[in-house]
Amino acid sequence: MSKYHLNINGTPKTVNVAADTPLLWVLRDHLNLVGTKFGCGIGQCGVCTVHIDGVPTRACLTPISKVGKSQITTIEGLAKNGDHPLQKVWQELDVPQCGYCQAGQIMTAAALLKKNPQPSDADIDTAMAGNLCRCGTYLRIRAGIHRAAEIASKESA
Amino acid sequence: MNSTHLENAGRRDFLRKSALAGGGLVLGFYLNPADSAAKRVAKPSTVLETAEFKPNAFIHIATNGTVTLISKQPEIGQGIKTSLPMVIAEELEVNWKDVVILQGDLDPVYGSQSAGGSRSTPTNYEEFHRLGATARTMLIQAAAELWKLPATELIAKDSAVHHLASGRQLDYGKLVEKASTLPVPAPEAVILKDAKDYKLLGTRIGGIDNPSIVTGKPLFGIDVKLLGMLYAVYEKSPVFGGKAVSANLDQIKSLPGVHNAFIIKGGTDLKGLLPGVAIVADSTWAAFSARKQLKVVWDDGEAAAESWAGFTAKAKELSAQAGTEILRNDGNVKAALEGAAKKVAAAYSYPFISHASIEPQNCTAWYKNGTIEIWAPTQNPEAGQKIVTETLGIPKEKITLHITRSGGGFGRRLIPDYIIEAAAIAQQIKEPVKLTWTREDDLQHDQYRAGGFHFLQGGLNDQGKLIAWHNHFVTFAHKIVKDGKTTLEPGSGANLSGDEFPGRWVENCQLEQSPLECNIPMGPWRAPRSNVLAWVFHSFIDELAHAAGRDPLAFRLEILGDKDIIPGTGKQDLPYDVNRMKHVLQHVAEKAEWGKRTFPRGQGQGLAFHFSHRGYIAQIAEVTVSKEGKLKVDRVVVSTDIGAQIVNLSGAENQVQGSVIDGLSALMFQELNIEKGRIVQSNFGDYPLLRIADTPTRVDVHFLKTDYPVTGLGEPALPPLAPAVCNAIFAATGIRVRQLPLLRTDLSWS
Repeated sequence: MSKYHLNINGTPKTVNVAADTPLLWVLRDHLNLVGTKFGCGIGQCGVCTVHIDGVPTRACLTPISKVGKSQITTIEGLAKNGDHPLQKVWQELDVPQCGYCQAGQIMTAAALLKKNPQPSDADIDTAMAGNLCRCGTYLRIRAGIHRAAEIASKESA
Repeated sequence: MNSTHLENAGRRDFLRKSALAGGGLVLGFYLNPADSAAKRVAKPSTVLETAEFKPNAFIHIATNGTVTLISKQPEIGQGIKTSLPMVIAEELEVNWKDVVILQGDLDPVYGSQSAGGSRSTPTNYEEFHRLGATARTMLIQAAAELWKLPATELIAKDSAVHHLASGRQLDYGKLVEKASTLPVPAPEAVILKDAKDYKLLGTRIGGIDNPSIVTGKPLFGIDVKLLGMLYAVYEKSPVFGGKAVSANLDQIKSLPGVHNAFIIKGGTDLKGLLPGVAIVADSTWAAFSARKQLKVVWDDGEAAAESWAGFTAKAKELSAQAGTEILRNDGNVKAALEGAAKKVAAAYSYPFISHASIEPQNCTAWYKNGTIEIWAPTQNPEAGQKIVTETLGIPKEKITLHITRSGGGFGRRLIPDYIIEAAAIAQQIKEPVKLTWTREDDLQHDQYRAGGFHFLQGGLNDQGKLIAWHNHFVTFAHKIVKDGKTTLEPGSGANLSGDEFPGRWVENCQLEQSPLECNIPMGPWRAPRSNVLAWVFHSFIDELAHAAGRDPLAFRLEILGDKDIIPGTGKQDLPYDVNRMKHVLQHVAEKAEWGKRTFPRGQGQGLAFHFSHRGYIAQIAEVTVSKEGKLKVDRVVVSTDIGAQIVNLSGAENQVQGSVIDGLSALMFQELNIEKGRIVQSNFGDYPLLRIADTPTRVDVHFLKTDYPVTGLGEPALPPLAPAVCNAIFAATGIRVRQLPLLRTDLSWS
């Protein structure tokens, strides 16, 4: 067991865990941030996606010892009031079915929009390829990303 | 019981708080089908707190005007937590924004709480209208008495009762006290709204939990956290039915963070508590890590010899013999086939597949002083309670079961195996504990969609009409003891009804069945039976249509025939409304311009329809197959007839699009291999699901409004997808897919 000083959603946190503990379980079991989900444990499904220094990353494959001073953003910290354009659009278009994968979808999509504010369908397919949705909400996910891009472009215009 | 969520206050806490804060009154109603008048259980404010703590109310209106509705069925992604309360809200004339929805715990006062078989809507729809309308009638009566006006001069609108003539209005919150002293009106005094006046039903309403979902709030079973809770894993024999003989428990107990490790003897019921080793630790990761060191000596048992290759060979052998059971025998199929102008024979097969709900199975349980409290992502809370009573001897009244949101169901969570495992661990350690299955546990210990083998022959007369249909179905079965005799019974979802289309329609029709013994757990997978039978039968019908040189739509319409209703026969006894099916079939053909477009080679349309779960659905798929054999589904057009009213248009469209994508995912990729009695695949790396790039470019959904009762939509839109796509592949390439998944067939063409 070792002490790790983390920066999560802009707040310093300290945890005392084994060095190989994945960030996923630190978030869920030790910090009560359960929006980041467990799906496969091998980086195949994307439900555990968080941002590490802005880069979408699989928390299930990120040992806590490798996190260091990086800024970690989870779905709980994506926007201060839960009002990121994707969070608003996901409600507007009623994207979720069971909803379990959607935090990961939104985190990946948020990173995409930051890099590429007007993604094409092909860009979306590439960026979102690592996020499974077992319920099959892909059509609304795609529509939601386009819609959020549209809103953001209007807001910045 | 002092159970406390760290993150989210439990339902009772919520109610207690709202009662204290609002000092409000309640209109509560039993839903009792035997007592069709909704029965008021509300009490004046002095005894309110007691009344509220009984989770027996569907409707609760506080004096501050907050309307709380209880969702009795589990939410698994089918949208029921939003849609059924919409029905009450419509009749109650409340603003949707004033409504709070709470998930009800398991309680007999709600009636059946199982969510399966697309039954939640059809079994509750009428009663929920009545509940809302009864409450509205009483609120109007309360205003009438307060104002000393005839009730007929008053209307309910926007969470208030209005007297239009004088412009007076009273918000519901202000009427609660009076209303709760009134007798429940007789059913005939309660008038349901006319559908043309609906404001909410048929509109697009977002899922009630969406705000929590998009911000990562705790909602799901796996998110439950209790004070002092421990974390468990449970390892079972990789061979189904294997027993745990011994394990390195002392070593495991010495590992960091581990509190306990023990063998659970378990039984032989594949849907029950199976033998295994539990590890209990102070975090999920400590439990997962310790498990990597676990060494168990298993007694594999007889099933260790089972393999998919063995099953396939045995099925072929059985197909050459007569079936052990005749499910249907109309006319003389042998003579008709011999005399047919054209005969087609084909063998179809499909593998076992997993539900792979994205939230792995999990359950939290706390055993204390002979009572147990359970938090479960379940589709079938009654089954969870029953198995705990039967296996652990805890009486029903000492079991509290909280239903959490489920990260997908698809039928998997109808089986309570993970609930009994958590309960058994909790009973042993007497501390709150959450059991979490890994993805590997989930894939290798599912209640699988059964594989199967169909050996088909069809005969056409010289007019190209289908005159003979013979199927020998070799299906997976479990050995069971019935009336003192050992027999083989097809597994759950592995049985064929003699009534399944085109049984009942073809004058010479024989359906035979032979069981193939296995020890693989089988269970309902979204649209059980139908999810593959539609693929087999509509693919073979398509083969026959092409053999006859006929248009596949005209060929199918001819089979359906001119009778309005085909009555059920045999055990199922389910009538089939031919007109409803022809209606959706013709509708989808029109929308997709069937027969009116020409496609270049490599592109084509395919058609299929299916009746299941009370729904009549037809689909046309349009595909492009590259020369290299890469499939892209360009468009799927779906026409559905599920009755007179779509409850939530957004949710309904989600269910249809999701069914199409789910069906395509199973068709394209999903397959489990069995070797030495074990499932070979272990995670999404070797058990791929469909990803966004393979999603159809468009899915057009049409809801036909008909005069029939309102029925469910969680399942019936799935079955026609696979045959529609495979028939489109044939139209595009001339390649007939007779084995699932699709990646088993080379689709390249030149």
